[in-house]
Amino acid sequence: MAIASETIKHKSGYKLHIVRTTKYKTNTLVFKMKAPLTKETVTYRALFPHVLQSNTSKYPTTPELRSYLDDLYGAGLYVDVTKKGEYHIISFTIDIVNEKFLSDTTPLLEKAFSLLSEVLFQPKVEEMAFDSATVTNEKRALKQRIQSIFDDKMRYSSKRLVEEMCANEPYALEANGRLEELEQITPMSLYDYYQKALNEDEIDLYVIGDLSEDEVDGLASQYISLSDRKPVVLSRQANASIEDEKEVIEKIDVKQGKLNIGYRTNILYGDPQYFALQLFNGLFGGFSHSKLFINVREKASLAYYAASRVESHKGLLMVMSGIENENYKQAVDIIKEQFEAMEQGDFTEEELLQTKAVVKNQVLETVDVARGLVELLYHNVLANQSIALDEWIEKTEQVTKEEVIKVANQMKLDTIYFLTGTEVQR
Amino acid sequence: MEKILFDQLQEELYYEKLTNGLDVYILPKQGFNKSFATFTTKYGSVDNHFKSLQKQEFVQVPDGIAHFLEHKLFEKEDGDVFQQFSKQGASANAFTSFTRTAYLFSSTDEFQSNLTTLIDFVQDPYFSEKTVEKEKGIIGQEINMYDDNPDWRLYFGTIANMYHHHPVKIDIAGTVESIAKIDKDMLYECYHTFYHPSNMLLFIVGPVEVESIMEQIRQNQNSKKYEAGAEIERNFESEPDSVAKKMERLSMNVQTPKVMLGIKAANVQQSGKELLKRELATNIYLEMLFGKSSPLHENLYTKGYIDQSFSYDYTQEQGFGFALIGGDSAKPDELAEQLLRILQQSKTGTGLTEESLQRTVKKKIGSFLRSLNSPEYIANQFTRYAFNDMNLFDVVSELEQLTFTDIKHIANELVTDDRITVCQVIPK
Repeated sequence: MAIASETIKHKSGYKLHIVRTTKYKTNTLVFKMKAPLTKETVTYRALFPHVLQSNTSKYPTTPELRSYLDDLYGAGLYVDVTKKGEYHIISFTIDIVNEKFLSDTTPLLEKAFSLLSEVLFQPKVEEMAFDSATVTNEKRALKQRIQSIFDDKMRYSSKRLVEEMCANEPYALEANGRLEELEQITPMSLYDYYQKALNEDEIDLYVIGDLSEDEVDGLASQYISLSDRKPVVLSRQANASIEDEKEVIEKIDVKQGKLNIGYRTNILYGDPQYFALQLFNGLFGGFSHSKLFINVREKASLAYYAASRVESHKGLLMVMSGIENENYKQAVDIIKEQFEAMEQGDFTEEELLQTKAVVKNQVLETVDVARGLVELLYHNVLANQSIALDEWIEKTEQVTKEEVIKVANQMKLDTIYFLTGTEVQR
Repeated sequence: MEKILFDQLQEELYYEKLTNGLDVYILPKQGFNKSFATFTTKYGSVDNHFKSLQKQEFVQVPDGIAHFLEHKLFEKEDGDVFQQFSKQGASANAFTSFTRTAYLFSSTDEFQSNLTTLIDFVQDPYFSEKTVEKEKGIIGQEINMYDDNPDWRLYFGTIANMYHHHPVKIDIAGTVESIAKIDKDMLYECYHTFYHPSNMLLFIVGPVEVESIMEQIRQNQNSKKYEAGAEIERNFESEPDSVAKKMERLSMNVQTPKVMLGIKAANVQQSGKELLKRELATNIYLEMLFGKSSPLHENLYTKGYIDQSFSYDYTQEQGFGFALIGGDSAKPDELAEQLLRILQQSKTGTGLTEESLQRTVKKKIGSFLRSLNSPEYIANQFTRYAFNDMNLFDVVSELEQLTFTDIKHIANELVTDDRITVCQVIPK
């Protein structure tokens, strides 16, 4: 049996993905809008979804809209804006109880479609502009969201590494947008952009739960109708070439130093080496049996966390750790040594097997959560691929030690970023 | 083995108390890939003054020792247990709260081997002077990490304001100074006192075969020798109802100020149904006042006093309980004043209607059902409930029984001037 399979239907203006499963007590709808990440549009895209989820023409205030959601047994309505590679993704999610668990038999799935349609297409509008009070509130909230990154030093240091590393690439932009742009946005310009996005973005609707395909297909046709479009597809770019390693040290008032190191993997989702890259990451820093955890934390006792993660659509691998300011050089040396050990194949077949088992476990666990499943399936949309989840597992199992070593050798350290509370001995 | 059916929820739960006193629960969940097990002891950061099983006298131990012990239990003479789990494709973890220490793993394969690993590693302590010293560096960095986190500082700042003596005011990980005093003998002493099977609960959820898993656990436990478990005596200084401090401002390197209002609950000796009802009713009360469907929330948002980081919650365990309300705010003083006014006015009924009660109850039922999608939620919450003699699966029926009178009663009981405190984090 496939671990999860989707039925994809081409609807007018979007793709409908249906995943049937009996494991949840809720049904979930995720509406995804994708467009290239650009300086000009990033702030608009970070803002309008929040305006849409504040109210609608039928429910013109937030308390009215939220009361309606509460009445639908606390249906969840969330928006979320992220970047994946150099795409900017907006997600609207509704999850709603499957009425078979209630004594009340209101058809909740239909209500969810109807609500999604209302939120997306029937905003509170006056004369070709969003409601201005709503825009004012959401601009203020977005400003606080952008500023709050600074207040969380782990997020701030990750963001700074990316800014330094990808200085001349769109990827340096924050998914939440730019403060300098925010002031200029008006209810009218935002409304214009929203319409443009609805007409031009690549759109995918995922519907997951214990439901009938025909019913979902019918509801989608009835409630979600969009104009045809030809979405922009970015070329799969080679990475920027790296001359010298960059080292950036920023002094700020923190007790614990944050060490972030960025590597170029030169491998994207959909490339044949992608599965070997995931195993490289697992052996190097992805798990508690990884080299970074064992050598930075367990052996040298330098850190509470020392981990790495892969950005699958941009070809990056990021290391992050929190250390004493004076241990900077020692920590960097250990991390570099561990990387060299990977390049030289200093890991056993048994460790590779162990990592395969954990990676497989991670994939299977992710598909147990409706929103996690959507994120996994959406990789194919982002990379214009059609890799089934079962194939992930098979391909992972087939990876050889030589392939992992090859991946290590094609990676390059790009930037070392250190956020520190004191002067640092380099 | 006892079988408990929850018809409306379409769940069935199996229970057995083993001869050594261990409570075992199994909730089969077909269709899921993942199985999840938690092995939890009723021992948390507040248990720092107790009658030691070894010495039969009261001892006071250093702050942060329960959490330190949690870290150290993973290390064995021949390496650490994470390795064993990952060889079996599982990911393992642990956490320490005020009242519990939980060890857990999730796996999609080799469940039985992983379960044995979990039970055996928790029941086989190995502490050495050398590894205890080394751990101080790692936990020291964990403490520093939280010290730089303004939300964590705000949370503990508020709790510290509330309590005069109760150890809930102490950071779970302790301080760099307090953990320096920990040695291996103290760890063994705490271990032997609190890790007796009769003080523990094993919860399993996932696509498992109930009978064979239960048999595996019985055999495992029968092969180990335990003296009969004794009731653990804990000592807590008596705690006044009023807060220790009305206000605290912490200055940190942040751009946006943060504010939290805390209400210290009085009469916190309930357990079982009584506690369940109070906790649910108080959460409903806060949701009615401050939830997104409330006009009071809308007003705070429109005035720019709150953003989406705003949250509220009530939690109560044996001996302590508090409501926390707050978030990021560009106008921290005004927000604190507004919150206080809303709470006080609610005592005369402002913001509380029958209609909003009905709606909020519906919302809570829906979110409870949603949370049953999550094996982690079920295992963790079920254990917390069981340690307080409550049953997680009573939540829906208890919610349905709440009346408007219950909510008004909560408003009057909870909101009392000398039990309210405010903590702020302000930019340096």
